[in-house]
Amino acid sequence: MTALAVADLRVRWATGAPAVRGVTFDLRAGETLGVVGASGSGKTALALAVLGLLPDGARAGGSVRLRGEELLGRSDAELSRIRGKDLAMVFQDLSSLNPVRTVGAQIAEAVRVHRRTTRAAARAQAVELLDLVGIPHAPQRARAYPHELSGGMQRRVLIAMAMAHDPSVLIADEPTAGLDVTVQAQILDVLRTARASGTATVLIAHDLGVVAGLADRVLVMHDGRAVEQGPAEQVYRRPRTPRTIALLRSAPRIAPRPARARPPGPAVLAVDALVRHHGAVRAVDGITFDVRRGETLALVGESGCGKTTALMEIVRLARPRRGRITVLGEDTATLRRARRRELRRDVQLVFQDPYASLNPRMRVRAIVAEPLTAHRLPARERVRELLDLVGLDPSHADRRPHELSGGQRQRVGIARALALEPRLLLLDEPVASLDATTQAGVLNLLQALQSRLGLAFVFVAHDLAVVHQIADRVAVMHAGRIVELGPADELYAAPAHPYTRALLDAIPIPDPVLERARPRVVLHGEAPDPANPPDGCRFRTRCPIHPALPPAARARCAASDPEPRPTGRPDHQVACHHPLPEPAPPTLRRTT
Amino acid sequence: MTRVAAGLVLLAALALLAAAGPALAPWAWDEIDFTAFGEGPSRRHWLGTTQHGRDVFAVTVHALRRSLLIGAAVAALATFLAALVGTVAGYAGGRADRALMWCADLLFVLPPFLLAAVLAPGAGTLALVAVLAGLMWTSTARMVRAAVRSLRDREHVLAARLAGVSAPRTIVRHVLPALASLLAVDAGLNVGAAIVAESGLAHLGFGVRPPGVSLGALVADGGPAVLAFPWRFAFPAALLVLTAVAANLLADGLRDALDPR
Repeated sequence: MTALAVADLRVRWATGAPAVRGVTFDLRAGETLGVVGASGSGKTALALAVLGLLPDGARAGGSVRLRGEELLGRSDAELSRIRGKDLAMVFQDLSSLNPVRTVGAQIAEAVRVHRRTTRAAARAQAVELLDLVGIPHAPQRARAYPHELSGGMQRRVLIAMAMAHDPSVLIADEPTAGLDVTVQAQILDVLRTARASGTATVLIAHDLGVVAGLADRVLVMHDGRAVEQGPAEQVYRRPRTPRTIALLRSAPRIAPRPARARPPGPAVLAVDALVRHHGAVRAVDGITFDVRRGETLALVGESGCGKTTALMEIVRLARPRRGRITVLGEDTATLRRARRRELRRDVQLVFQDPYASLNPRMRVRAIVAEPLTAHRLPARERVRELLDLVGLDPSHADRRPHELSGGQRQRVGIARALALEPRLLLLDEPVASLDATTQAGVLNLLQALQSRLGLAFVFVAHDLAVVHQIADRVAVMHAGRIVELGPADELYAAPAHPYTRALLDAIPIPDPVLERARPRVVLHGEAPDPANPPDGCRFRTRCPIHPALPPAARARCAASDPEPRPTGRPDHQVACHHPLPEPAPPTLRRTT
Repeated sequence: MTRVAAGLVLLAALALLAAAGPALAPWAWDEIDFTAFGEGPSRRHWLGTTQHGRDVFAVTVHALRRSLLIGAAVAALATFLAALVGTVAGYAGGRADRALMWCADLLFVLPPFLLAAVLAPGAGTLALVAVLAGLMWTSTARMVRAAVRSLRDREHVLAARLAGVSAPRTIVRHVLPALASLLAVDAGLNVGAAIVAESGLAHLGFGVRPPGVSLGALVADGGPAVLAFPWRFAFPAALLVLTAVAANLLADGLRDALDPR
């Protein structure tokens, strides 16, 4: 049975600009349609038009039929009776939760909007729904307020609300945007259960990997049009239009690459047993690593693992509470004020959010010139040079940040960081807020700059596919500690720590066949509370191999937190009592 | 936008009246017409005379000038103080923050009129301005401090610090421009508030000292005899209300125009 039939849907914004130009698709019960496309391709406008939630002044034409009934042209009051009941939605924006009411009460409210039932019955159903979306201790969690739940949990609450009335169609717009891969995998599992109950799902995502594992059919959007539509396997494996091919090519994927030896020479940055606590919160709890000239070290881990804190601690160039930071051979604890200012020129930071890190009132020229003028250096010529270096046109110098695209803004941020000719560049999720295609451009730029200027990079990221593309060495952080450190290829091909393995397993592969076929270990639960980590090994409570260990081995995990020790492979260390064995076939490697 | 325009036009008209009024009036504000004491409006005295024989129009226009000047001076001084203390406290944090905010809290808990009544008598207009401004900066300073604290952690401010930009320059280039709308709105509101506060003090006898006059002093003088000599009360009172309304219209409109939320 056709649950949702969209025919020749057209949307114009209030300004008259077309957002969707004639999209047609059918969706059967229990089927999942993946809608993919770069930002600005009209995905969200499509979703809003189907839901009848377009902003004031925007107009939709064509036809949207829910189980045969036309939705376009109905009044908001009529649509309100359908929305949330037969036609449900999950948005990426978590602000749709009310901060002053418990999540249980909010779900119960969603239940009672469309069904006459007692308060108590609605409450009971809310708990059931929370359980359905995989929230542990549902009866207790129902009494929690949104801020007491993590981003992943809040997303689940939104899905629970959407599922309250067994809708025939669920529209999920970027339901996993901004989540860690581990949590993303959990959310996708929840959506899978929704599909099993017969709900037809429209899954909108810019990440082709997310859609690959779930969608039966895929619709590729570009510039408001559906440029390609078909069974997932066909679209991914035999794409017919150049747009789809470009989109697939830009999707970060982990492909084997030739191994590179560590460059020789002294460390540009050496961090030794660095500790940073915020009160009781052990944000960074003893980490050690070093970076050499021309080398990229990536710090990866879920949000809250301490990777950004570590970066900020380095960039301060001050005496750490405990541990030691050595930059270009100088211990930051012994620096005098003037020397610290000098050294600041050698250590620069690129921020995650190119919107927030550029002063909206300043022109690009002034932004890039700021570090130069602060150090009384001539700016005019150098600004042009820098813009050229990061691939921006000289005419961009007179623009303001809001007149630039996300990728261009990030390039301005990079130009500013390079103005003082630093030797160490700290990058805090520099591509996390960018589209896949833009991401690739910025990553290529960073790599080119590194080899040209001999920079050392410390690259903080949660996206392991991105990290694999740029990093020479990878340090995996969990709960304030480095659990595994080694060459990127080694670590991706044969992880020694079960956490690394789980992170890698959670990355969706942009190929429906491979994605569905591979064995997956979904990591349960979330990162431990950094104020109160479990004693012994901090990963113990989530570890997929821990429950299967013999009791004596398990006792060891509970007794002591493992220190990093060499695995026997070159430049590779792991902090685990029971590291994963190196996979057997070295013969295969030798023959190639 | 219409409110901003209305406020601006109204204020401009009042300022024009204050500036040109004395030249228009056939009488000087301190001139005494010994042939007319407490007379009603006539061709000779457009708005009548006081019981001392002064021309009500001339006196009121002169008082309007004084009130507007006091309002503007107090607003400028209070907003400047608030911006200075708020940014220093918010940006520096720590001990400086605690000390400055302790001072602000102290002024906050003291009844302002009592303080003004103790400090103002016998002093001139400048002292009155200083006292009013000294009482009005505290709440703005708290707002500025809160805004600066959140701005300080903004990435573009951190970026400037890491680029080696000095703290005062960072404040001037990256923090203050973001506060401009807040300060402009507050200065507007303070103009109205200062004029009204001065009137309140005048009513209690602590405002501008005679022979000087302000709108508040005139209203206070004319109040008791409002039934017998309504012209002595109505004109200054109307101007007082208009001024306050204009300043508030301007400030409110500015707030909505500059702050889309």
